Amino acid sequence: MAKIVAGIGSSHVPSIGRAYDARQQEQAVWAPLFDGYKPVKKWLKEEIKADVAIVVYNDHGTDFFFDRYPTFAIGVAEEYPIGDEGFGPRPLPPVPGTADFSWHVAKSLIQDEFDMTVCQEMDVDHGLLVPLPLLWSHDPDWDIKVVPLVVNVIQHPLPSALRCFKLGQALRRAVESYPEDLRVVVIGTGGMSHQLHGERMGHMNAEWDQAFLDKLEADPALLTRMTHREIMEAAGAEAVELIMWLTMRGAMNEKVKRVHRNYYAPMTSGMGVVTFTDA
Amino acid sequence: MSAKTPHDWDIPGTYVFDYTRSQLGYRFNKMCMSLTKPANRAAFKADFEAYMEQYKVPDAQRQLVRDKDWLGLIKSGANVYLMIKIAEAFGVGLYGMGAQQRGETLEQFLQTRNGKGAT
Repeated sequence: MAKIVAGIGSSHVPSIGRAYDARQQEQAVWAPLFDGYKPVKKWLKEEIKADVAIVVYNDHGTDFFFDRYPTFAIGVAEEYPIGDEGFGPRPLPPVPGTADFSWHVAKSLIQDEFDMTVCQEMDVDHGLLVPLPLLWSHDPDWDIKVVPLVVNVIQHPLPSALRCFKLGQALRRAVESYPEDLRVVVIGTGGMSHQLHGERMGHMNAEWDQAFLDKLEADPALLTRMTHREIMEAAGAEAVELIMWLTMRGAMNEKVKRVHRNYYAPMTSGMGVVTFTDA
Repeated sequence: MSAKTPHDWDIPGTYVFDYTRSQLGYRFNKMCMSLTKPANRAAFKADFEAYMEQYKVPDAQRQLVRDKDWLGLIKSGANVYLMIKIAEAFGVGLYGMGAQQRGETLEQFLQTRNGKGAT
C-alpha cells in the first residue's frame, strides 16, 4: 500500500528560482532562505526516501488561460516540460511524472466527489519549480517523480480554505488505496504574505505568517474557517495562495510532528518552509 | 466601456481579479498569455500596436499600455501574472511595475524593503 510519509509547506516566490539558477545561495541576502532548505533536503534524501511528490500549486498564466480555467486539475503524464512564463524556460530537466499512480489518484478523487480536470499534457511553472530543486536533486535527472495538482487561486471565485483542506483528506484516501508500496510526500506551495498589485503592492505581514505556521501545525481547523477576504486583508491579496498549504495539511494526521520550520521576508513575500510527519 | 463594474472588497489599494475583471480584461490577458512563445515576444517587441490590434484589445486598454499605466490596467481587468509578461517585454520588472502602482520610483520602493538585494 502507498502511504504519505511527509507533508511540506513551501513558498514558491520566483526570485528564489532566479537566485538558485544564478547560484546565489551563499550570498548574505539569500543564505537565510537557502540555509533553511538544506536540512530539509538532507532529511528527504536520508530518512524520508520518497518515491513520489504530489505538488499542490497554481499556474501563473503559463499553461492555463481564462478561456477554460479549472478549479482543480491534476497531471497524469509521464513527464512535464519546463514552462516558458514569458522570459524563457528555466535551465532544469523536464519533471518526471508517474502516469499509473496519477490516474489512480485522479480516479479516486473524482469518485470521492472532487471533480478534477485531468491533464495528459501540462507545462509546469514556478509554482511547482521553485520548491522542487530545494528539496530534491536534478543533476543529471530528478530523483523524485511528481504528481502536479493545480488549484485556482487567481480568478475569483476560488475554492474555499475548507474545500482545499478536504481535498487533502481525499488525497490521503487516494494514496492509501493504491496497491503498490510507494512513499509519497505532499507539498502545499505558495505565499506566504504578499501583494503584487495595486497601491498596496509590497504588503507583508510577518507576524501573521508566523501565526499561520503555528496554527497550521496545531489547529488547522481554525485556518479552514478563514475567508479569502480575511486572508487577503491581513496578508495581502496574493497571500490567498496559502489555502493550498491546507491541502497538504488535510492529507496529514490530525496530530503532526513538525520537523523543520524556516521563515525569511527580504523583499515582497514572506518565504516560509515547514515540514511535518504524522504524529 | 462595458457596463460591467467590478466589485472590490474594501481592502485599500487592492483590486480583486474576479469574474467581472476577467471578462473586462480577457483580450488584454489573452495577448499577454501569447508572450509565453518566443516568436510572439519578438512580434510584440517589434510592433506592439499591431500586436494589440491582432488581439483586438479594447481601445482604452491600448492607451493604458502606451502609457505603461500598470495601475490603470489592473483596475480595468489585467491579471498581474499576465501583465508581468508585457511589462518584461518593455523591460519593466515586477518591482518597477509595483513601485509605479505605489506612486514611487523603483529606488524609493527598494528603500522600503528589508533585504533589497534579494530580487
